[in-house]
Amino acid sequence: MSAHPIHGLILAGGASTRMQRDKAAITYQGRTQLDRAFEMLSRHVDPVFVSVRADQGSDDTRAHKPLIVDSVAGKGPVVGIRSAFAAHPQVAWLVLACDLPFLTDAVIEGLLRARDAARFATAYKSAHDGLPEPLCAIWEPAAAAALADYQAGGGHCPRKFLIRHGARLLEPVDARALDNVNTPEEYAHALSTFEDTGAMQLKIHYYALMREQAGRSEETLETAASTPAALYTELAARYGFTLLQDQLKVAVNSEFSDWSRKLAANDAVVFIPPVAGG
Amino acid sequence: MFRFSPTSIDTEAARRELQDPGAGGYASFEGWVRDHNEGQQVTRLEYEAFQELAMKEGDRVVAAAMRRYPVKHALCIHRIGSLGLGEMAVWVGVSSAHRGEAFDACRFIIDEVKHRLPIWKKEHYRSGNSGWVNCERCAAPPDHAHAPDQHAASTPK
Repeated sequence: MSAHPIHGLILAGGASTRMQRDKAAITYQGRTQLDRAFEMLSRHVDPVFVSVRADQGSDDTRAHKPLIVDSVAGKGPVVGIRSAFAAHPQVAWLVLACDLPFLTDAVIEGLLRARDAARFATAYKSAHDGLPEPLCAIWEPAAAAALADYQAGGGHCPRKFLIRHGARLLEPVDARALDNVNTPEEYAHALSTFEDTGAMQLKIHYYALMREQAGRSEETLETAASTPAALYTELAARYGFTLLQDQLKVAVNSEFSDWSRKLAANDAVVFIPPVAGG
Repeated sequence: MFRFSPTSIDTEAARRELQDPGAGGYASFEGWVRDHNEGQQVTRLEYEAFQELAMKEGDRVVAAAMRRYPVKHALCIHRIGSLGLGEMAVWVGVSSAHRGEAFDACRFIIDEVKHRLPIWKKEHYRSGNSGWVNCERCAAPPDHAHAPDQHAASTPK
């Protein structure tokens, strides 16, 4: 039996009580959390939906995105996940909370690579307590009925559900990638550290051999790599580049650059394989 | 000045750009697509460039040549796209008061352009294979020696 196709689900129906403002709408580097999460997930699965409560969906942040409105009673993320299964019963859902500012493409790729469709879910272990992280996880359709039973029995915590039912668990890719941001203080702290260590969006253009090996001529991605050297290591692992870093030059924003230069958000990076003009 | 051309290089028009009342001579170099490379029968070439950086670097090469040699004007035009055998891949022209510096500047420009500009060449072979020049062999395990400059990408100076 082949595995069910995977759709994406961004959970943006939270009450944001502790943040005291809509979490989906807070911004990093000029983009709302919801837009960042939606764009990132769209780079890996298709289609992607946004999970909202019945009284949401018409605000500026959520409008113009494909929505799945809660269709089952209750509160919390379990309701959003169950509503997605109700809308599309024959697909697995890559479920993502919208408030993970440090998430990177590599984390999502790791999940897709390690997917175990025979379990209820594939999830990362928390870097803090080793327990499953249910809101950056692939939920298989087989979990839908058990999730309904769990909720009927008074359960509301997706983490406890995964502990009980034994998801496939992966080691964390990096310690803070799944840290969420719940309060104004955490948001202020995340903003202050973002420029130094946070995930940022970069544009990469590929030419010649690099283009063929990457299978694309350009891409935009969220990465925690802070230098061209770290970025090359990450991309070489993803695409299996045959050239070593010391055989290449690198350009940032259309000028030759050091490999150890500190990258900034929205920098455009080009890896330059050995040249052969003339 | 340096520029790319997606179509055949018009050398007559390019040459006219170099005319100067003070110029007593003109030297040019043309690079052509040949039918063999390193023992393989070549059938055609494709040139690809990171144009934004290559144009900046090309202008810097030409400017360096003009600082180094007292010439009147210098111009380099490089093709991009698919080229058949015998087609012109690159053209360099220099005008100057005397012939010596025209030859020297012309040589300097073509040498630097080949080594510094982010331009890549894919050879298509009679065997049906193809390969990016300077990239394919150096990606193999280092069990045979190459000249060092085949390994290194361009070095900005």
